[in-house]
Amino acid sequence: MLGRSANGIYWMARYLERAENTARLLDVGFRMALTRGAQAASEEWKSVLITIGQDVAYRQRFDDYAGPQVFNFILRGPDNPASVLGMLENARTNARAVRTALTREAWETTNEAWMVLREMLARPVREGNLGEVIAAIRRQTTQVRGAMEGTMLRNEIFNFSRIGTFIERADNTARILDVKYYVLLPSLSWVGSSLDNAQWETVLRSVAGDRAYRWLNAGRLDPRGIAQFLVLDGRFPRSLVFSYDKLASNMAGLARQYGSETHAHELLRSARTKLQDASIEKIIEGGLHEFITDFIAGTNQIDLAIAAEYRFIE
Amino acid sequence: MQPGSRAQYDEMYDPDGGVRPAYAGFCNWYDAQDRDWLKKQDIEAERFFRRTGITFNVYGDDAAEERLIPFDMIPRIITANEWRKLSRGIEQRVRALNAFLHDLYHRQEIVRAGRLPERLLQGNEAFLPQMAGFSPPGDVYTHVVGIDLVRTGPDEFMVLEDNARTPSGVSYMLENRETMMAMFPELFSRVAVRPVSDYPRRLARSLAACAPDCAGERPVVAVLTPGIFNSAYFEHAFLADQMGAELVEGSDLRVVDGRIAMRTTTGYQPIDVIYRRVDDDFLDPLSFNKDSVLGVAGIMDIYRAGRITIANAPGTGIADDKAIYSFMPEIVEFYTGEKPLLNNVPTWRCSEPESLKYVLDNLKDLVVKEVHGSGGYGMLIGPTSSKGEIARFEKKLRAKPENYIAQPTLALSTCPIFTKAGLAPRHVDLRPFCLVSPGGIDITPGGLTRVALKKGSLVVNSSQGGGTKDSWVLED
Repeated sequence: MLGRSANGIYWMARYLERAENTARLLDVGFRMALTRGAQAASEEWKSVLITIGQDVAYRQRFDDYAGPQVFNFILRGPDNPASVLGMLENARTNARAVRTALTREAWETTNEAWMVLREMLARPVREGNLGEVIAAIRRQTTQVRGAMEGTMLRNEIFNFSRIGTFIERADNTARILDVKYYVLLPSLSWVGSSLDNAQWETVLRSVAGDRAYRWLNAGRLDPRGIAQFLVLDGRFPRSLVFSYDKLASNMAGLARQYGSETHAHELLRSARTKLQDASIEKIIEGGLHEFITDFIAGTNQIDLAIAAEYRFIE
Repeated sequence: MQPGSRAQYDEMYDPDGGVRPAYAGFCNWYDAQDRDWLKKQDIEAERFFRRTGITFNVYGDDAAEERLIPFDMIPRIITANEWRKLSRGIEQRVRALNAFLHDLYHRQEIVRAGRLPERLLQGNEAFLPQMAGFSPPGDVYTHVVGIDLVRTGPDEFMVLEDNARTPSGVSYMLENRETMMAMFPELFSRVAVRPVSDYPRRLARSLAACAPDCAGERPVVAVLTPGIFNSAYFEHAFLADQMGAELVEGSDLRVVDGRIAMRTTTGYQPIDVIYRRVDDDFLDPLSFNKDSVLGVAGIMDIYRAGRITIANAPGTGIADDKAIYSFMPEIVEFYTGEKPLLNNVPTWRCSEPESLKYVLDNLKDLVVKEVHGSGGYGMLIGPTSSKGEIARFEKKLRAKPENYIAQPTLALSTCPIFTKAGLAPRHVDLRPFCLVSPGGIDITPGGLTRVALKKGSLVVNSSQGGGTKDSWVLED
């Protein structure tokens, strides 16, 4: 396939995944805003902005973290190119550019996602309909993934889309974990406090892992356990290990089809080995933030290597 | 059903209000349908097109970057017998067009014989000196041709325009049929309509048959598009998809080892046949417009070395020139030795003083077109223009008469469209699509029917608010 098409499908998948993850984070921010005082809510909204890397851009325009102002900026801010609406437009533009690489259903669900959400986001979102908008984003992006999963040949095209999805997901989960650990808690003395616990619960919700975690841990909320769950539990579809496992199998698919491995395969292999050898004790001992920073940088390197090895651009 | 206006030939009704034989099967079915259900289907069709993304872009129209071409669900129907006559005429014309193009870029016998004035070629931008003396693989110049036809009477089909350069619209021909079959499956079990769905397969086969000598057993075909902002991007993607060919942009291509190659995930792969949908001028910055990023630097050299086939060949657009069009009867006779089976619309060449005088005296009754124009831009439709518009146009005409031709406003046939209030007659034309390879000429039964949606309007161009219909050729 064309390098440009591989690039297009990869970014189409990344933008869709990012839109979905952003919606999940907003959901959590919203929930916190409803259940806690204005001050705490403001902190939560700020942490959402930090997690998705938009706090600086936001502060250039606004002085406070009023909820509707924050979520409208994130969802549809006309001067925010990284808004959810912008991401969906990017996903759809990429899909149009690689239409010939998509099944009809994959294209149509993407196009429909864009049409439905553009309509919903045409006017400012109020607190009253934020929940509905978030649910629609999750549903529409899930539908695209389902259409791709259900109709596409398991060839290079599919592999590039999955690689985009899991690179993005690994990066997102890592960022969420980092923000909780590094940014949110005022000081170490707060560890184990009710604020700390509430924040950990928030983290779990933002990756749709609260219920799964409770099943596995009989309701115990333990920072170490949660970190273990998000980083190392290969059963959880948004954990770092799970994302890298999928990345590895889709990269292996490419190697099989093309008959050879690339530098990106090497980078991924060593990053995976590091992850598999890790225990949560060792990670925390060495510093979770350092570990995450390292992980994000490593993921970024894999991303760059894939783009170069498969000739995404000239 | 109520008969429409009788002023022009009506495709569905005879002058006494009876249903013509071609429409008998359809009308039987139609009259039995529930009107409200049909209205619902009409709305459903639009949703279908929007969801599928069957859109086109309108230049200079920011608010509506992507628009739908309105689809009308009443088909335009042609009998087997009518089609036989039409396709013979088209085949003759297309054969003449290719012979003409070969001649223009070689000995120019037609000019030497005094049958075509040399001035039509001199300074004509569509005539490419780079093609002189060169013969494309298989000697095919126009691989895909769209001949625009209008009907003025029971046996009178006339050619309005030849599109030998880059005819578009074939994806609508295919999607219109798909839509009709999805909405009204039982209709197709009642009326035997010749299928069009194998067009992409035929196109792929026809293009592959034109591959250069260096191609392997299975020639690699690619569609070259200017990209997603082009008005016909949907069609480019659609055709590539249906043919199983790569859809490439200029930035994907470069010269590698004396071939044109595309950048794939595993390196550069040579292309044998490129079905290009970018204009000549943008094809090669080294030979033509040097600022173009849509084409491939050096492709003309590779082409002239016989190592790639470009479809349609550069320089083919000269045959679309409306001044050349006015000579088509002579051109057909000169190269085929036969009388043309399809007539031209009578045409005055404003470059000729007597014709110009006539045109100026009769502007309010004529359609005046730019010789190089397309898409319904830059034309005057006398009968529907205001005095001011005519006066302004007259100035342009006097200043550069050789830039224009004029034609009478014909009594174009009408075909009913579906409206909320029932059927209403609207003017239609027809663009059949024709494939050319050394193996022969292949015309898909049907084509794209364009319909003027405004009452009385003669303008069917999609860029001017026209719509389309499914076009049926009946089985014998």
